[in-house]
Amino acid sequence: MAILGELAHIGAGLAAIGSGAAAIGVGHVAGNFLAGALRNPSAAAGQTATLFIGIAFAEALGIFSFLVALLLMFAV
Amino acid sequence: MADTPAGAEAGGAGMPQLDFSTFPNQIFWLVVTLLVIYFILSRVALPRIGAVLAERQGTITNDIAAAEELKQRALEAEAAYDQALLDARSEAGKIVADAKADIQSDLDVQMQKADAEIAAQTAESEKAIGEINAGAADAVKAVAKDTAKEIIAAFGGKADAKTVTAAVTARMKG
Amino acid sequence: MAGEATEGGGLEFHPLDQFEVHRLFGEGPIDWYTITNVTMWMAIAVVCIVLMLVIGTRKRAVVPNRMQSIAETLYGFVYTMVEDVTGKDGIKFFPYIFTLFIFILISNLLGLLPMSFTTTSHIAVTAVLAFAVFFTVTIIGFVKNGAAFLGLFWVSSAPLALRPILAVIEVISYFVRPVSHSIRLAGNLMAGHAVLKVFAGFAQVGLLVAPIAILGVVAIYALEVLVSAIQAYVFTILTCVYLKDALHPSH
Repeated sequence: MAILGELAHIGAGLAAIGSGAAAIGVGHVAGNFLAGALRNPSAAAGQTATLFIGIAFAEALGIFSFLVALLLMFAV
Repeated sequence: MADTPAGAEAGGAGMPQLDFSTFPNQIFWLVVTLLVIYFILSRVALPRIGAVLAERQGTITNDIAAAEELKQRALEAEAAYDQALLDARSEAGKIVADAKADIQSDLDVQMQKADAEIAAQTAESEKAIGEINAGAADAVKAVAKDTAKEIIAAFGGKADAKTVTAAVTARMKG
Repeated sequence: MAGEATEGGGLEFHPLDQFEVHRLFGEGPIDWYTITNVTMWMAIAVVCIVLMLVIGTRKRAVVPNRMQSIAETLYGFVYTMVEDVTGKDGIKFFPYIFTLFIFILISNLLGLLPMSFTTTSHIAVTAVLAFAVFFTVTIIGFVKNGAAFLGLFWVSSAPLALRPILAVIEVISYFVRPVSHSIRLAGNLMAGHAVLKVFAGFAQVGLLVAPIAILGVVAIYALEVLVSAIQAYVFTILTCVYLKDALHPSH
């Protein structure tokens, strides 16, 4: 039981890596939006909704990994 | 920290989010809340805000139309003003021209009168001068007759007046 | 350093205590009708919404005051979003979507008050919201389009051989929607509030660390304000996108 608890903590740490991966994804979305917006600023305003949807989808996966980490920490 | 996992173990889960015993409570109150908000919004708030926004849109449209009309009227007033100015200007020009013509005709009449007067004066003067000239010629004739009679008498001649007069007249003419 | 306090296994961190549901009055088990802090904070949210959207607009002024201006901005924001994403025939769902938006927004922002309880950080709450959207959208899809709604899963622009595989993926992603929809909202808020608590916990380490920790709390707090608004926006616009799928299922 004690070893299981320790392993769960290690697993939580590993799952938290997913948050970093989600950060990379969100950065990609925002960066590419900015690159496109600078090329064609007039079209950028209409695409902010798409930007936020993209960020939300990318971030959701990071939140999933965070949730897995929390579950391992507190619920196992 | 030591007793939290223990308590969590006892409660079944460490995360309050996964404590299923509270789920019915949360879901019940959430549904109540959502229904209350939905009815307040759909019955009172949203129609009111929508009406206010529509009213504002209407007001703005009306105001823009009124402003357009006022602008049109201002333009018309400006045109009328310009027209009036033009009329006044031409009127003034006409008055000036009339006055000029009046003055000119008055002047002409006066000039003519003056000219006539001058001509009359000149004629009178000429007549007077003619009379004076004629008077002078008669006087010269008389003097010449007398002088000739005297001269003839002095030479011992005898001269009748008739001959002397004829001679003097002839002489004076020649 | 807090040498003695670390005896039990580290600093005193209780980042999840703030999410506990408890009775407001008396002792005992939490039944479905018990008045808890959930009830209280939802009631406060309702009061805020009424103050802002009903009391704030009661003058119906053509030139709005501050509250009315906020209410009108929110109205216009959600209205254009619904109209842009779902089209003209989505307008009749506007009160429903506005209810979701204003509830999530106000709850998120109320949760940022110190000592408050964040109702939207609970999976139970967001799951109800997300499944409400899911069932509404699915029912509307079948009522409006009949069996043609299933065309949503049949990607007619893909090569024929790929279509069954794509259909499986589409069906799975369709049923994952409420899960991701709810966990995104709850997870964002839970994570943000837990991080706030962790940073606040660092302030007990010592005089040198405390100012940095407090600066960190301020920075995370600012981020959380942003996240609160963005998550409300994202939840709403995803609802609109799902609704658009139901109203116009052709890809």
